[in-house]
Amino acid sequence: MTDPDSIIATGRSPRHKAELRFRAYGIAAIIVSLGFLVVMVGAIVSRGTGAFQQTFVQIEINVPANKVDPQGTRDPNVIKKARFSSILKKAMRQRFPEAKSRQDKKSLYKLVSSTAEYTVRDAVVADPSLVGETSTFSIRASSDVDMFMKGNIDPTLEQSRRRIDDKQLAWIEQLRAAGQIEKQFNTQFFTGGDSREPEQAGIWGALAGSSLTLLVCFLLSFPLGVLAAVYLEEFASKGRINRLIEVNINNLAAVPSIVFGLLGLAIFLNFFQLPRSTPLVGGMVLALMTLPTIIIASRASLRAVPPSIREAAFGLGASKVQTTFHHVVPLAMPGMLTGTILGMAQALGETAPLLMIGMVAFIVDIPGGVTEAATALPVQIFLWADSPERGFLEKTSAAILVLLIFLVIMNLIAIILRRRLEVRW
Amino acid sequence: MNIQTNIGGATAEQANIVPNPIIEVRQAQVFYGEKQAIVDVDVDIQQNAVTAFIGPSGCGKSTILRCFNRMNDVIPICRVEGSITLAGQEIYAPEVDVVVLRQKVGMVFQKPNPFPKSIFDNIAYGPKIHGLTTSKADLEEVVETSLKRAGLWEEVKDRLDQPGTGLSGGQQQRLCIARAIAVQPSVILMDEPCSALDPIATATVETLIDELREKYTIIIVTHSMQQAARVSQNTAFFHLGELVEFGTTEQIFSAPREERTQNYITGRIG
Ligand SMILES: Nc1ncnc2c1ncn2[C@@H]1O[C@H](COP(=O)(O)OP(=O)(O)OP(=O)(O)O)[C@@H](O)[C@H]1O
Ligand SMILES: [Mg+2]
Repeated sequence: MTDPDSIIATGRSPRHKAELRFRAYGIAAIIVSLGFLVVMVGAIVSRGTGAFQQTFVQIEINVPANKVDPQGTRDPNVIKKARFSSILKKAMRQRFPEAKSRQDKKSLYKLVSSTAEYTVRDAVVADPSLVGETSTFSIRASSDVDMFMKGNIDPTLEQSRRRIDDKQLAWIEQLRAAGQIEKQFNTQFFTGGDSREPEQAGIWGALAGSSLTLLVCFLLSFPLGVLAAVYLEEFASKGRINRLIEVNINNLAAVPSIVFGLLGLAIFLNFFQLPRSTPLVGGMVLALMTLPTIIIASRASLRAVPPSIREAAFGLGASKVQTTFHHVVPLAMPGMLTGTILGMAQALGETAPLLMIGMVAFIVDIPGGVTEAATALPVQIFLWADSPERGFLEKTSAAILVLLIFLVIMNLIAIILRRRLEVRW
Repeated sequence: MNIQTNIGGATAEQANIVPNPIIEVRQAQVFYGEKQAIVDVDVDIQQNAVTAFIGPSGCGKSTILRCFNRMNDVIPICRVEGSITLAGQEIYAPEVDVVVLRQKVGMVFQKPNPFPKSIFDNIAYGPKIHGLTTSKADLEEVVETSLKRAGLWEEVKDRLDQPGTGLSGGQQQRLCIARAIAVQPSVILMDEPCSALDPIATATVETLIDELREKYTIIIVTHSMQQAARVSQNTAFFHLGELVEFGTTEQIFSAPREERTQNYITGRIG
């Protein structure tokens, strides 16, 4: 019993086992979380990629000069006012003359998007030489047809239980046989704004809104956060008040984001009467939310700057401000930027506070400035996820995909910045 | 502030009078909050000589050294009383600008602490903030002479644009010395400048200190008796915040008057 070698030898095997067991737990934990990640991303990708394609129908349309532009002025403003819906409908009836009854005609018109007439109109406005001619137009299919083409509607079901009736199926077959229906890359999804029609809806409006919102958020929170951190860490006396402020900032970082939304609603909208649903107010609210994160990250990175650097500068006769801004802040900058980008990434995915300040409105236009009504990516996802149409399902996943890609990009930028700016000691 | 100018008294008798003193300390007291770190210290620093501060750990060597360029100012709880003058000017007088003071009294720290910038920028920073140079050529000249005086020029002249942190420890410490001289101080404070260096780098720095004595007044804190004996002309021995004995290095090491000094330099306390 007194021989230490034998004691150690007997103790070794349980110790060894405990180590192995711990490793096994760790690996299992990693595998489980990776599994969840793979399932989540896999589900989003498999559902979302469909939205990057859209079904188009080729139709010959005669654009009669007497209806579109009787005076022959070829003036875009005149052309714009013409009734393109009847022109389109006529072309469709000509393509499928068998549609005679009211019911059949209605089914026929539903093959293409309800926004198709604007596609035709815009094409004619852009190229007035089409007036008086018969030419082939590539027209967005309706969401139901699109869903069918993507295999999301089962044609073997009973007619009443699917959104495409038998006649429509036959027409689609005809079109397919003639090579007049095909899936194309859906540029509209990346360049368009929101729409009531799934086939027309795009993400660009939300992306622009999010970008403007984040821009405002960055311009407000970065300088404010960094200055506050520098002041608290380098200049303010480390007394009770400083500690109180620190505790409060830490608490603010943990406040649910919707509270900031309510604050924004009460102060920015109701009190200061700032325009509602705008990136300006959205950015201000998100800045409130990210400020604590930025301050905490900045203070931590300021604290990590070795005191010897401050001493060196002081010893040379540098003033406090010179020491801080010539030496300490540049060394802390990578950490500050990383914290800021992570805070911004968090802000990018934030929905609740934006709902509170009205950025949830249905907005078709692409915002051109921070004071124009806009929506944001996560809110767009929320809106689409809430829509009953089958077509919005894949849009939702696709929008999530876009959001995730942006988050990954931002995190990558944070990593690269840190690598680049970090000074090796 | 309690400024006492009487040079009489027991401590002043202890040969505190050295030829042409540049710094004169009279009845200095330093407190950290309630705790008194320096008690009634009277000491004179001879111009263009090396003065060594020795004593056991925690006896207040760094504290008194950091009074000379007011580096203690950054410690909020630190309070200094008594009189410390630099060339007749009260260092702790309210009208003194610490920026100007620190330009006159440079400092080299225990651990080499070059800025994480190029060798050139390390040296150029001081002259730049004090506006000592007007043109780029001027600045280049200051950098060159400072590096030459610090005995580093030959080793780094081809890589002035490389980071100062990439040099060896001994080179870094000489870079810090060069950085301190670049602002043309009259006094250089060195707080254990060789404690992070190997014997060869230490020897180089010691030779350098001996050369610098011609142009600068140097105060060096050291834990090495041999180093104090090798580089200094005067030595002050501190114990528990008091100045126990002050005299020429020769006298302190050959014939200390106080028993405590004797015990310390022979290694019996410390
Ligand atoms: N910032 C501070 N706050 C409070 N007390 C301090 C502070 N700095 C030093 N002291 C105290 O003052 C006394 C003298 O410290 P000082 O650093 O001057 O000693 P030293 O002689 O330089 O020691 P060493 O040889 O270990 O460097 C010590 O008792 C120390 O605890
Ligand atoms: Mg010390």
